[in-house]
Amino acid sequence: MEGDKAQAALTSIPALLARNVAQYGHRLAMREKEFGIWQSWNWTQVAEEIRHLALGFLSLGVKEGQHIAIIGRNRPMHYWSMVAAQMVRAVPVPIYQDSVAEEMAYVLEHCGASYVVCGDQEQVDKVIEVSESTGLHFDVVYTDKRGMRRYDHSHLNALEEVMEQGAAAITGLHEELDRRIASIGYDDICVMLYTSGTTGRPKGVVLSNRNIIETSKRTAEFDHLTHREEILAYLPMAWVGDFIFSVGQAFWTGFCVNCPENGETMMTDLREIGPTYYFAPPRIFETLLTNVQIRMEDAGPLKRWMFKRALAHARKVGPQLLDGKSVGLGDRMAYGVWNFLIYGPLKDAIGFSRVRVGYTAGEAIGPEIFAFYRSLGINLKQLYGQTEASVFIAQQPDGMVRDDTVGVPSPGVEIRIDDVSGEVFYRSDGVFVKYYKNPESTASTKDPEGWVATGDAGFIEQATGHLRIIDRAKDVGKLADGRMFAPKFVENKLKFYPEILEAVVFGKDRDYCTAFLNIDLTAVGNWAERNNIAYASYQELAGHPLVLETLQKHVAEVNESVARDEKLNGCTIQRFLVLHKELDADDGEMTRTRKVRRVVIADKYADLITALYDGSTSVYTETEVTYEDGRKGSIKATLEIRDLEPVAMPSMAAE
Amino acid sequence: MNMMSDDGWVTEDGRTIGGVMLDLKNITLRFGGVVAIKDISFNIRQGEIRAIIGPNGAGKSSMLNVISGFYRPQEGEVWFEGQKRREIQPYEVARKGIARTFQNIALFEGMSVLGNIMTGRLTHMKAGLAAQALWWGKAQKEETKNREFVEHIIDFLEIQSIRKTPVGRLPYGLKKRVELARALAAEPKLLLLDEPMAGMNVEEKEDMCRFILDVNDEFGTTIALIEHDMGVVMDLSDRVVVMDYGKKIGDGTPDEIRNNQEVIDAYLGVAHD
Repeated sequence: MEGDKAQAALTSIPALLARNVAQYGHRLAMREKEFGIWQSWNWTQVAEEIRHLALGFLSLGVKEGQHIAIIGRNRPMHYWSMVAAQMVRAVPVPIYQDSVAEEMAYVLEHCGASYVVCGDQEQVDKVIEVSESTGLHFDVVYTDKRGMRRYDHSHLNALEEVMEQGAAAITGLHEELDRRIASIGYDDICVMLYTSGTTGRPKGVVLSNRNIIETSKRTAEFDHLTHREEILAYLPMAWVGDFIFSVGQAFWTGFCVNCPENGETMMTDLREIGPTYYFAPPRIFETLLTNVQIRMEDAGPLKRWMFKRALAHARKVGPQLLDGKSVGLGDRMAYGVWNFLIYGPLKDAIGFSRVRVGYTAGEAIGPEIFAFYRSLGINLKQLYGQTEASVFIAQQPDGMVRDDTVGVPSPGVEIRIDDVSGEVFYRSDGVFVKYYKNPESTASTKDPEGWVATGDAGFIEQATGHLRIIDRAKDVGKLADGRMFAPKFVENKLKFYPEILEAVVFGKDRDYCTAFLNIDLTAVGNWAERNNIAYASYQELAGHPLVLETLQKHVAEVNESVARDEKLNGCTIQRFLVLHKELDADDGEMTRTRKVRRVVIADKYADLITALYDGSTSVYTETEVTYEDGRKGSIKATLEIRDLEPVAMPSMAAE
Repeated sequence: MNMMSDDGWVTEDGRTIGGVMLDLKNITLRFGGVVAIKDISFNIRQGEIRAIIGPNGAGKSSMLNVISGFYRPQEGEVWFEGQKRREIQPYEVARKGIARTFQNIALFEGMSVLGNIMTGRLTHMKAGLAAQALWWGKAQKEETKNREFVEHIIDFLEIQSIRKTPVGRLPYGLKKRVELARALAAEPKLLLLDEPMAGMNVEEKEDMCRFILDVNDEFGTTIALIEHDMGVVMDLSDRVVVMDYGKKIGDGTPDEIRNNQEVIDAYLGVAHD
């Protein structure tokens, strides 16, 4: 009974914090590497810091219902700011720290933030710029004091000083804070997150305490997470996943969140921490695999041979071992030996030796990439989610992992497939409250019964109950001859090759499919170096005939594999070109979470697409680029277009 | 405009420039028959960023070498912090609080970034050779203290990710930054930078500018720099000295230099029309 009562009262993040102090007081709650050493805080200390911060917010005059934007990298102070904001009943709004001032202006203006917590001078400068261009007024609090000395401090405070003010707070403030904490309800706003949006303006997704806590509770149980887990918080704080993992689940189960030293030390920090619970978008797994492959190519012949043999064996039995299926004794022993010689050291080098539960989501992961990690014995699983669902819609249970599905509905989630459009709908208590100041979008996304449209087309496999996602519903279309067209299916296959960083496939309502490719500078640069190929720029390397030759081979291989798919055999690529610049979020070609924006790309490179379909063998183009500081420039290039032999399609021949 | 008195002034962006720190009086430097520097006088004030510019072969690097004590001028006097400098060895100059970076990077290529920066702390290590070799007693405490200082510099220059990387594997722009870190580790009063931005791309230059300004601001370090990028020089420095063929042809604020006809003719080029 008592347990029930305690559970029932856990209806806000501050309430979870209080429970964690009582239950795990001296266990570590957070670490951050600074000055080369991991600094740590236990739950009691964290609670104290957050309280001081909340009192500091009160003394700054934060009112209930006001919005506090948080812009910075993953640092304890920033997580604490979010919880402190909830304590004073303000709404925390984390914002992508790499957004340029224009994007930031939209979000700050839309949420009407009164206060902004900035990580460093760079962010403060952007906020000041926004303030000047929009005429809005913000009170800014900054974490890193560096370079801030000579700013006008009338509306600018160091976070440290705000906390000191809070620590020295007079008693009245304590009572006010306690009153505010006590008044937080289960259905009150917990956090507001802006979706990056592959189309149109970002939308402010309002998530309640119920959304976050119920989701965290169920999913923590699903994967048997305990207070002993270690995670590395390195994904953008403005992304819903980071909030669920580093705040929701961390506060629910009481595990330790580790913050890297800075953005570039992630790999070293990952290795030092050795997380037990790990999350990354496919992109990171791809990059990691590419790096491993490059390093192996540079290794000696013996090591290369061993690596090849070991991986071949891992591919054969690794996944079965991971799923607990029966494997012959000989194979089992060989796996053990290779594990000692190769898999173990490799996993250690990439920081995965202790990973018990690993997830990838955001986009489909290449089956070969997925298999690589699983064969090493890393329990990598797929997850399908959205900001609007507080992440979880479907996920793969241990032992039922496959590369082509995203798993079964997450606990507490109902899934329905629309009969006509094939679009996936879901309903759960993690479903968002509303889009902030946008009732039309709220109404068109969430129906009165609480069903939410995902915008993705998919189907549920009858035999297993697993959900399969085909593509964005609006991207799925038909070729001119009526065959099904799903660009992402082909793009994912292309992106498995280390040389290909990004691919965009066109073909909707056309006679055949074509593609833009982006080379991966790390992989192709390394290859060029080993083959004595000189190049002066990205553009030159991307247009090198030998590079084109290699990519053409890859495309041909992908075509063969695509041609074998029953539903999507029309999606073979007949012509392609290699772009002269990397697709970039700063140019609006990708979202901040690195998903391609098809409409923008199709519009911006309309001339190239025309060339792909009019039979020309090369095309001249000029492209505007935006530098990191917002200045613009342009690059010119003549791109070669390559044609591919059509694949003999047995199924077509049979018809 | 600010009052520029002898005791110093406050710049437009609120920094305090103090009295004269280094005074060069009628310096002449010859290599055999070649006159590298001809009768040049100028000073560097406490807390300022002072640029030395001029075409190739104007004698800028020689000037920096005179300040750092590497070259001894045949004529003239160097006054540092109110004292006339006698003939001293470069390591004594380092002890007096002058550190520098080089035009052609001079780091220990096989050593890690951390190791290289630690060498900059050498003047602050007092323990004997045996104690240091055995990491014993005082040496241990001393190293911890100095390592902490170095970590703050690593944090300051944002090079955490390459802390353990051998310098030889780093790209050029980062090597330059490591060199700056090593110079800063000596806690200099006066920092000499010989073309800190040569060969860098726009982004690396912007980063370097920010670091130079921040060093000056946070640590109050006086900085003398040679640089070819005019935009950088004009944005960064409080006062500029212009040299041409070993002679001084201009000295003043960036605005004054920009409007100095002799400088425009000699350095920025004469329009032929």
